[in-house]
Amino acid sequence: MKQTKFVSQPDKKGHFGIFGGRFVPETLMPAITQLEEAYRQARRDRKFKEEFNQILKDYVGRPTALYEAKRLSEALGGRCRIFLKREDLTHTGAHKINNTIGQILLAKKMGKKRIIAETGAGQHGVATATAAALMGLECIVYMGRKDTVRQAMNVFRMELTGAKVIPVDSGTKTLKDAINEAIRDWVSNVETTHYIIGSVVGPHPYPMMVRDFQSVIGREAKAQLKRAGAGLPDVVVACVGGGSNAMGIFYPFAKDEGVRLVGIEAAGHGVDTEHHSATLTCGEPGVLHGTMSYLLQDKWGQIKGAHSVAPGLDYPGVGPEHSMFKDSGRAEYYTIDDKEALEGFKLLSETEGIIPALESAHAIAYLKKLVPTLKEGSTVLVNLSGRGDKDVATVREIFKGGDVDE
Amino acid sequence: MNRIDKAFKNLRKEGGCALIPFVTAGDPNPDATVEVVVEMAKQGADIIELGMPFSDPLADGPTIQAASFRALEGGMNPDVYFDVVRRIREQTDIPLVLMGYYNPVLKMGLGTFAERAVEAGIDGTIIPDLPLEEADEWRKEARRVGLANILLVAPNTPTSRVKRIVKASSGFTYYVSVLGITGARTELPPELAQGLKRVKECSTKPVAVGFGISRPEQVRGLRDVADGIIVGSAIVKMLHDTFAQKGLKDAVESVGNFVGELKKATLKGEEV
Repeated sequence: MKQTKFVSQPDKKGHFGIFGGRFVPETLMPAITQLEEAYRQARRDRKFKEEFNQILKDYVGRPTALYEAKRLSEALGGRCRIFLKREDLTHTGAHKINNTIGQILLAKKMGKKRIIAETGAGQHGVATATAAALMGLECIVYMGRKDTVRQAMNVFRMELTGAKVIPVDSGTKTLKDAINEAIRDWVSNVETTHYIIGSVVGPHPYPMMVRDFQSVIGREAKAQLKRAGAGLPDVVVACVGGGSNAMGIFYPFAKDEGVRLVGIEAAGHGVDTEHHSATLTCGEPGVLHGTMSYLLQDKWGQIKGAHSVAPGLDYPGVGPEHSMFKDSGRAEYYTIDDKEALEGFKLLSETEGIIPALESAHAIAYLKKLVPTLKEGSTVLVNLSGRGDKDVATVREIFKGGDVDE
Repeated sequence: MNRIDKAFKNLRKEGGCALIPFVTAGDPNPDATVEVVVEMAKQGADIIELGMPFSDPLADGPTIQAASFRALEGGMNPDVYFDVVRRIREQTDIPLVLMGYYNPVLKMGLGTFAERAVEAGIDGTIIPDLPLEEADEWRKEARRVGLANILLVAPNTPTSRVKRIVKASSGFTYYVSVLGITGARTELPPELAQGLKRVKECSTKPVAVGFGISRPEQVRGLRDVADGIIVGSAIVKMLHDTFAQKGLKDAVESVGNFVGELKKATLKGEEV
């Protein structure tokens, strides 16, 4: 699979090399075509872009800060300059809101009155519920039963903003099953409903569209680094579950050949166990949730359950553009396990007074391995995709000696 | 000639409508699947749709989801599936259509999967997450080995697209009766007959209708507009419930009786 050519856009049918595409029931084809057309128009529509940018500025709090983490850098030997892109400072506390604002504007444009979404950790659910409240639209969020328990606070946040959270009891009762259920809802209510997918996954045009909405992260960071006199970074690091924060920060650097793009997957209990979410590292290409991409699957093509201490990384698939980046060598993908992620969580909290989301803590943790291998004076850009408020209860239990699992 | 084409050709001569019952292979177990399929054939089924379970059946409602899950728990996989098909094929010549999601097909390799399906005795496939745009490679392999590739049309499919789908579809075209997932419904949409007519006008090939059909009176209402009628969840549920309460013998018998009743409902002249 190494021959996949690097393309910066999907082709007309939404393929990134051999990946991507539209593997959906026929009933959804009209909705996907309508969405594709609405997005095509919006992309060229100055007014749409102005409205999007205005909301990002006034409501989301963009541009987010680019912060040089000097004490973190020192703790890692002082060899590199480390910059954190502070998506944790956005409204609702993670990068997810960039995408939900973009899609809610499209939903309005298409005249859809009902919004559905899936959520794992609850961050995308909260961001969708928030955007729906902002626009006065009905919002239903599907969430695996297991996740509603371990992220109970986010369930309440969604409910406070007027969304209805429906626990999903099928399959593994986590994110993948929440997506199945959201797709089933969409098939049944396709004429009135827009499905806001939370990552660069799903059928075309979602991977491209979500990437575009999230690439504000990388564009800002690029300009901010330039202004700070740091120029292009040597390495960009981000955690990868479905891969939207990573694609958001990678994409504007994709054509800068000297910039290494490094995605960090969750190794959970270890990549040699059955309990991890390292899709690109351990998976094989296949079709799930409307797209061809790397997947965690058994020898018969049944989808396996994923695991990570970070619920936002707990997904057995990954965005098709990441699969293309992996095969073409444009990006590199490595893993960090639960234990290392928790160390990263502590490290950033103690050195910088910033409590990262457990997802983002995977990217932080990888710096310990990365920095010693870099040339002295290298610049590293890290996407701090979310804040850790949602995780403090979990982490507290673990530090008290509880189980890392739940 | 493919068994599916033959079945429709014979039915067409008599102006009949095909009854196409569905069961999930491996629910409650592989032996039971063989028995129940053979019994359904005896009781008048014209074609059998045999579900190949997948971990993430996103076009299916709760009944078939649960059946798929039970079958997978019981060790169902494509190897066992093809074995079940082979054993059915030893006992009956009824056309068998595989209904399954794309990933297990892809994982085995399209060519290998197509060959093994035909060898076992499958006559056609329905892959609900493989729409026209993505189906080229599978269609090529299916054609190579003589498998019908049955494509789906939905009520919201634009007519220009319906024309392209029916052209590419072989065996028959599967008309999805509702905007939604599989599962018995007490009421079918009033515009269903109109929708079916729209598809039939685009095609000389047979059009079968499925999703939500569960009762003989619904079958009677559709037999004049459809070339075939697919009944799934109602049979899957009856099989599971009767098996759980009374065991295999009773389950096979009640499903057989139900299929007989449904078949009778497809016959013209039967009381509406």
